[in-house]
Amino acid sequence: MKRAFSLALLLAVACGGDRRETPAGAGAPSGSSNKAITIKGSDTMVILGQRFAEEYMKNNPGVVIHVNGGGSGTGIAALINGTVDLAQSSRPMKDGEKADVEKKRNAQLNETPVALDALAVFVNESNKVHALTLDQLAQIYTGKITNWTQVGGADAQIVLYGRENSSGTYEYFKEHVLAKADFAPRTQTLQGTAAVINAVSRDVNGIGYGGIAYAQGVRPIGVKKDAGSPAVEPTEANVANGTYPVARYLYFYWISTASPQLQQFVQWATSPDGQKMVENVGYFPLPEKTRTSTQ
Amino acid sequence: MTSVDLDTTLTRRIASRSRRRFGEIVWVELLGLSIVLILAILGVIVADVVIHGAGHVTWTFISESPRQGLTEGGIYPAIIGTTFLVLLMTAAAVPLGVATAVYLHEYTPPERPKQAWKRFRAAEGPDRRKLFGTVLLSLLAKVTRSAVANLAGVPSIVFGLFGLGFFIQFVGRAMDAATQPAGQILWGQGNLLWAALTLALLTLPTVIVATEEALRTVPPELRAASIALGATRWETIRRIVLPGALPGILTGAILAISRGAGEVAPLLFTGAAYYLPFLPEALSSQFMHLGYHVLILSTQSPDVEATKPVLYGTVFVLLVLTFLLNLTGVLIRARTRSKLRAGG
Amino acid sequence: MNDRRKVDLTRGVKGRFIRDRLMTVVFTGAGWFAILFIALIFVFTFREALPIFTDPEVSKEANLHEFFVKRVEGETIEQQFVWQPVGEVPKFSFIPLILGTLKATFVGLLFACPIGVAAALFSSEFAPPKLREWIKPTIELLAGIPSVVLGFFALLVLASWLQNTFGFTYRLNAWNAGLALGIALLPVVFTISEDGMSSVPRHYREGSLALGASRFQTAWKVVLPAALPAVFASFVLAFGRAIGETMILLMAGGNAAITSFSLSDPLRTLSATIAAELGEVVFGDPHYSALFFMGTLLFVLTFVSNSAGQWVIGRMQRRMQGES
Repeated sequence: MKRAFSLALLLAVACGGDRRETPAGAGAPSGSSNKAITIKGSDTMVILGQRFAEEYMKNNPGVVIHVNGGGSGTGIAALINGTVDLAQSSRPMKDGEKADVEKKRNAQLNETPVALDALAVFVNESNKVHALTLDQLAQIYTGKITNWTQVGGADAQIVLYGRENSSGTYEYFKEHVLAKADFAPRTQTLQGTAAVINAVSRDVNGIGYGGIAYAQGVRPIGVKKDAGSPAVEPTEANVANGTYPVARYLYFYWISTASPQLQQFVQWATSPDGQKMVENVGYFPLPEKTRTSTQ
Repeated sequence: MTSVDLDTTLTRRIASRSRRRFGEIVWVELLGLSIVLILAILGVIVADVVIHGAGHVTWTFISESPRQGLTEGGIYPAIIGTTFLVLLMTAAAVPLGVATAVYLHEYTPPERPKQAWKRFRAAEGPDRRKLFGTVLLSLLAKVTRSAVANLAGVPSIVFGLFGLGFFIQFVGRAMDAATQPAGQILWGQGNLLWAALTLALLTLPTVIVATEEALRTVPPELRAASIALGATRWETIRRIVLPGALPGILTGAILAISRGAGEVAPLLFTGAAYYLPFLPEALSSQFMHLGYHVLILSTQSPDVEATKPVLYGTVFVLLVLTFLLNLTGVLIRARTRSKLRAGG
Repeated sequence: MNDRRKVDLTRGVKGRFIRDRLMTVVFTGAGWFAILFIALIFVFTFREALPIFTDPEVSKEANLHEFFVKRVEGETIEQQFVWQPVGEVPKFSFIPLILGTLKATFVGLLFACPIGVAAALFSSEFAPPKLREWIKPTIELLAGIPSVVLGFFALLVLASWLQNTFGFTYRLNAWNAGLALGIALLPVVFTISEDGMSSVPRHYREGSLALGASRFQTAWKVVLPAALPAVFASFVLAFGRAIGETMILLMAGGNAAITSFSLSDPLRTLSATIAAELGEVVFGDPHYSALFFMGTLLFVLTFVSNSAGQWVIGRMQRRMQGES
C-alpha cells in the first residue's frame, strides 16, 4: 500500500514538473510581473472583449488581460466594488451607478463607446414573417400576441426566447421595445445571446433578440417603427444613419486613476486597428464622428 | 377414478406452475432489461462524447489557449485551472476530513449518548464529573455524525452560496480591510483559494464518512492489543489503525475528489473565469475550469456550430479525468477486497 | 513489519507521552475545526437571507407574503404568480420556481425509481456474481459523470431527439430536463436499494426457497418487502438530490418561470434561478436576499429529506444486524 501511495505522489510531482516546463507551450505570457487588466461585464460584449484581449496581447507582450462575462450589471457592480479595472456594458450606465462609482472609487468615471450594435430580432430561417412593427414586437414579448398568424405567419404558437434579467440586452429591450412592461413569463431565458440564436435556429416557431454579431443560422427580420413606415433591416448603413430603431452603443467604463496600460488598451480599442476587430467579431465600427469625440 | 382425478389436478397444477415459471422468466428478463437500459444510457452518452470529441483532442488542443472567440485553439488554461483547483481542494479536504474522522472514531467515547447518560446517572463520587464529559462528547459526536451525513446531501449550489457569503463577503472583505489600501479589493472577490475551499467543504463530508467507515473495519481487538503492549493512543493510531484503514480512506478520498472535480455550480460565484489567456499565478487569481468551460461553450458561445468540436473535446477531457479518478478508487477497493478474501 | 516493533520501545517514555498528548490536541483541534465549519455553513447561508425579516428596506419588496402568497392582477395563474425580479415593480413570487422544481423532480423520480429498483433487484437476486462485480462499478461510473456533462448532453442531444420524436412545441421542457435529471438519480436509487436488498439476511431467502417458492417469488415477496425501508429511503434521498441539482436544470430546462402544470412547458427551478441570477445582483439588494432565502429553503428541504432517509437506513441496518 505504501508503494502505491508513493507512486501516486511521484505521479503528482511528475505532473507538476511537467506543467512548469511547458508554460511557453501555452502560447501565453505567464509569470509576468505587470498587474493584469481585468475586464468584466456584458455577455453581449464578452466575445468582443476576448478578441480585443487576444489581439492586443499578441501585439503587446507583457500585458495580461482577463475577460469575464456575467452581464452588464455584473460588470458595473464590480467596477463600483473595485474588483475590475474595466466594465463592459451594452447599456449606458444609469446616473445613480455613475455617482456610486465616483463616490466609492473616488475618481472620475470615463465612458468610451467602442462599437455600434443593432439589437436584431431573429426568427428561424424557414419562417415566412419578414418584418414586424415595434408595437407587434412588444405585444409578442409581453404575451398578448401568441400565434404567428396574428402577424402574418403560419398557424403555430410563437416560442419566445430572451436573455437573463442581468443582461444589458434584457434591459435595453425591455426599455426600448416593451416600454418597460414585463416580459411574458413564457419567455425562455437563456444564458447568452448565442444560446438564444442556437435555440431559434433549431425551433421553426421561435423568435429571439440579441446583438447582431451573433446572427448565424437564423434570419434577422426587418423592424418597422409603425405600421405605415418601411421595414428596416439591421445593416451597418441603417444603423449608422439612425434609421434602424433598435440600435445602441457598446461601452467601456473605467476610472481615470486606472493604470497607463489600461488607458492605452482603451485607446487602441477605438483606433482603426481595434475597430477592425469590431468588424471581425460582427459588430459595426463606430461612425467617424463618435470616434473623434471620445478621444 | 380417484387416481385419474388426482392425476389431472396434478398435471394441471404442474402446468400452471410452469406457466407461472414462464411468467416469472419474463419478469426476471424485464428486471435484467432495466440493467441493460442503464448500461445503454451510459453507453450512448460516452459514445456520443467519444465519437464527436476524441478526434479533436490533439496535443495542440491540450497545450494551447483558446483562440478566435473560443472556437479554436485549446483548453490548456482550463486543464491547469482544474488541476490546481483539485489539488488545493484535496490538500484542504483530505487531511482535515481524515483527522476529523479519526477524532470522531478514536477520541470520542464509543458508546451512545443514552448509554453514557445511564452510566452517569448510576455513578457516584468523583467519577461523576468525568462521566458527564463522556456524555457531552458522545452527544457531540452523534450530532456531528448526523450533521456530516446530511451535509453530504446538501445541494452544491448552497455551498456556492456559502462560499460567496462567508469566504468572499466575510473573510475576504475582512482581509482586504486589514491588508489592502482603502478601496482596493484583492481577496474580496472570487479566486482560486475561495473556490478550492468551497469545494473542499463540499467534499469534506464524503471524506469523513468514508474514513470513519474504514476505521470501523479495523478490529477493536487490534487496538486493545496495541494499548496492552504499552503503545500510546497516537502510536496505536499511526502504526495499527491508519495502515489498516488506508485502502478504505484512499478510496473514499479519491471518489470525493472525483466528485469535486466535476462540480460546477459552486464555482459560478467563487472565481471561475470565462477566458484567461494564462495560468493562475497566485491563490488570489481567477481560473478557467473544464466544467465551467463546458457550460460556457454550450450556452454562451458565439457560433454554436463552430464551437461544437471544441465543446465535445472539452467534455471528452473532463469525462476522461473524472472516469480515471473514479476507476482508481474502484480498483483500489477491488484489490483490497480480493486481498481480504484471499487472506480471510 | 520489523521496524514497527522496534521504534516504540527505543524512544524515551516521556517523549512518547508528550507526542501522544500533542497528537490528541491536533486531532481534537481538527475535529472541532471541521465541526465549526459545518456550523458556519448553517449560519452564513441563513445570515445573508436574514434582511428579509430584519431590514425594512429589503422586506418592503422581498418578504414571505411576496414569495408565497401574493398574486398580481391577471386572469390565469400564469399571470398571477410571476418571478420578475428586475423591473420597475419587481415581482418575487416563488410559486413558478417551486412548481418548476417539482415538475423536474417528478419526471426524474418517475424515470429513476422504477428502473433503479428493478436494476437493484436484478443485481442483488438474479445476477451471477461475475456480472454483479461488473454492474456496480459501471453504475458508479454513471454516478461519476459530472452533472454539467449530463446538462450538456440533454441540451444538445436529448432535447432534439425528444422534440423530433414527440413533437413538443418547446424544445427545452420538463420531460427533457426531468429525464436528464433521472439519469443522475439512477445511481442514487440503485446503490441504496441494492445495499438494502443485499443486507437482507440469507435465512430469509433460504426459508422461502425451502418452502417451495421460486427465486422470483422469493425476490418479489420476501426480499423486496424486507428491503422496503431502504428502497423508500433511496427515493427520499433521490428527491433531496433532485430538488438541489443545478447544472442539468440550468442547461436543459429552458429557464422560463411559468406557473404551469404542463410537463411539455419549459421550466425554471429554484436552483437554476440562484445559479443564473446571483452572480449579477447588487449585494444587499432585495433580489440578493431573495436568492439567499431560496438557497436557505433548498438547504432546509434537502436537509430534512436527507435526515429522514438516513434515519430510515440507520434503523433498517440496526434491525438487520440484530436479526442476522
